[in-house]
Amino acid sequence: MDADRIKEKLNILADAAKYDVSCASSGSNRKNSNKGLGDASNGICHSYTEDGRCVSLLKILLTNHCIFDCAYCVSRKSNDIKRAAFSVQEVVDLTINFYRRNYIEGLFLSSGIFKNADYTMERLVLVAKKLRTEQNFNGYIHLKTIPGASDDLMRLAGLYADRLSVNLEMPTEAGLKLLAPDKSRQDMINPMRFLKNELIQYAEEKKLFKSTPLFAPAGQSTQVIIGATRENDVQILHTADHFYKNYNLKRVYYSGYVPVLADKRLPDLNTAVPMVRENRLYQADWLLRFYGFNVNEIVDQQNPMLDLDIDPKLSWAIRNLHAFPVDINTAPLQMILRVPGIGRLSAQKIVGARKFARLNWEQLKIIGVATNRARYFITCNSNDFERRDLTGTRIKQFILAGSHSKYLRNKPGQLSIF
Amino acid sequence: MTRLIYDGTFEGLLTAIFEIYAHKLTRVSLQRGENNTSAMFENVIIVKTDEVRAGRVLKGLQKKLSPSGIGRLYIAHLAEIAGDENTLAGFIKYAFDSPVNIEKNFGNKYVQRVSEIVGMMRREKHRMEAFVRFQRLKDDIYYAGIEPDFNVLPLLNRHFKNRYADQKWMIFDSKRKYGLYYDLHDTQFVTIDFSEAHNPANVVSSFNAGEDLYQRLWQNYYHSANIPARKNTPLHLRHIPKRYWKHLTEKF
Ligand code: SF4
Repeated sequence: MDADRIKEKLNILADAAKYDVSCASSGSNRKNSNKGLGDASNGICHSYTEDGRCVSLLKILLTNHCIFDCAYCVSRKSNDIKRAAFSVQEVVDLTINFYRRNYIEGLFLSSGIFKNADYTMERLVLVAKKLRTEQNFNGYIHLKTIPGASDDLMRLAGLYADRLSVNLEMPTEAGLKLLAPDKSRQDMINPMRFLKNELIQYAEEKKLFKSTPLFAPAGQSTQVIIGATRENDVQILHTADHFYKNYNLKRVYYSGYVPVLADKRLPDLNTAVPMVRENRLYQADWLLRFYGFNVNEIVDQQNPMLDLDIDPKLSWAIRNLHAFPVDINTAPLQMILRVPGIGRLSAQKIVGARKFARLNWEQLKIIGVATNRARYFITCNSNDFERRDLTGTRIKQFILAGSHSKYLRNKPGQLSIF
Repeated sequence: MTRLIYDGTFEGLLTAIFEIYAHKLTRVSLQRGENNTSAMFENVIIVKTDEVRAGRVLKGLQKKLSPSGIGRLYIAHLAEIAGDENTLAGFIKYAFDSPVNIEKNFGNKYVQRVSEIVGMMRREKHRMEAFVRFQRLKDDIYYAGIEPDFNVLPLLNRHFKNRYADQKWMIFDSKRKYGLYYDLHDTQFVTIDFSEAHNPANVVSSFNAGEDLYQRLWQNYYHSANIPARKNTPLHLRHIPKRYWKHLTEKF
């Protein structure tokens, strides 16, 4: 192997792939039962870039040659950059050697479109096939499927990969038309529907026959780019919700647009990456998936954008003060989950611990409740509770003033969820 | 106040609990290691680890705790935090005294503290699963040095054995001077002093031929994956605290 050439390729093709935000390597259940290499049972972030994003997969493009011309993409045809392409074997060698050293959980392979969709997709599938069948590799493989690829290739991809994703790119069709004129929403949705049906079918067969092979055990995900076009958060969250419900997606990733190209259809090159907004969208998405909220509770036509200065759960609570205070010792889990300052784990601990004794502030603190936030919304086994009839605005001021949020003191960045 | 000094093993701890009940001691304090107390008027018992006695305590615990509860006790014990021997003893006594299972009573200070310690152990274990960096040596062993805050090596066995079933590997805790070695069939703990021969600085001569290339490729990849426009140093440091850097290939 020519060390310098492979280094150059890796630089080019990792650089071009880094804007794809999907990094998760969890949700699969591939076991090392063949004395082979690796497993894909728990997602581990092996490192973090200087911007604080998790590195868990070798995330590269097979090539950055592309026949398309999407405005937001560095690899687009009309962009004057160095081009490179890996051979199938090179990707296999890199993956195996990185994995053996415990650098990564597996491979995330995407690609520019070489010639046409199928030609490109076939190569992606070949990489996955070689890893599984020749290298006995059980680590994680995520393939980005090429819109427009044929069903047969999608099916093969599902047999070798843990997760497949088709990127929606823009939250709405209009946005897509504007920035990616070569792409069509239909070409993206068809493979999603195909995968959804295959996943259901494999799950059914699995119930009947133990020997049914794994088919994309970590399901499918998608990515939408935020802030390149003018969609508001109502539109974005409804899109996400629609895809969660109708296509059984495991995750929707929100990627704050990083200006890389000058184009009059796009935000100016000096525009800041909308990191806070991106983070609020992840928090809202979390509320949809794990906290029993629906989109209309989080944003609506009166409040079409998420608050940037407070998280969406606090924002909902402040707009719905009539639902509070909640009595920690009697309220159902669903309601406790809605209290600002109480996360999923704490909520479950509360419900477990209150069977032993009625809980007071001390115990809530021990359990991990952020009482400085929660105190405006709960009562517990204590006479000491918030008696003032505070307005939402006042509560917000108090919380922000006493906030221990590292986030508000430091520069805005990605913060942990709740 | 009676002070019980035991050898630091889990069996030793359980034997100490046996002694407490056998002698009906009420005010006790546990301590690991040698008898180096200078408190002259204290009543000191040197606990001699005894598998039969430990076994009896364990059996009793099995009636009071779930298997995962006992596992958690063991994990908390591995943390070796000075002073927390007494938390474990308090937890065990509380479990014995209560007619119902107490594992979920997080309002109790012992239950809560054990849960906290287990949380710290989990975090450290998880970090090690993430931050171990193997280097392939000439004899085809994949070698990694670690220096975790807590003694988590025994907890790493299963993860790495499952994951790297087809390569020989060794993870060496240079702080505690022992390692875990997998020979393609089984793992065993080894206590040879590898710290000299295999510290990252002078290990290069024993590298496999391709090792240097892959280390450089990984460093390259790591830098290419960064997006300077999103730079966030505090967040970065929160995820990978500096004390781990010397074992991370991408940070060499
Ligand atoms: S098809 Fe993909 S690689 Fe090609 S320009 Fe569009 S986004 Fe970029």
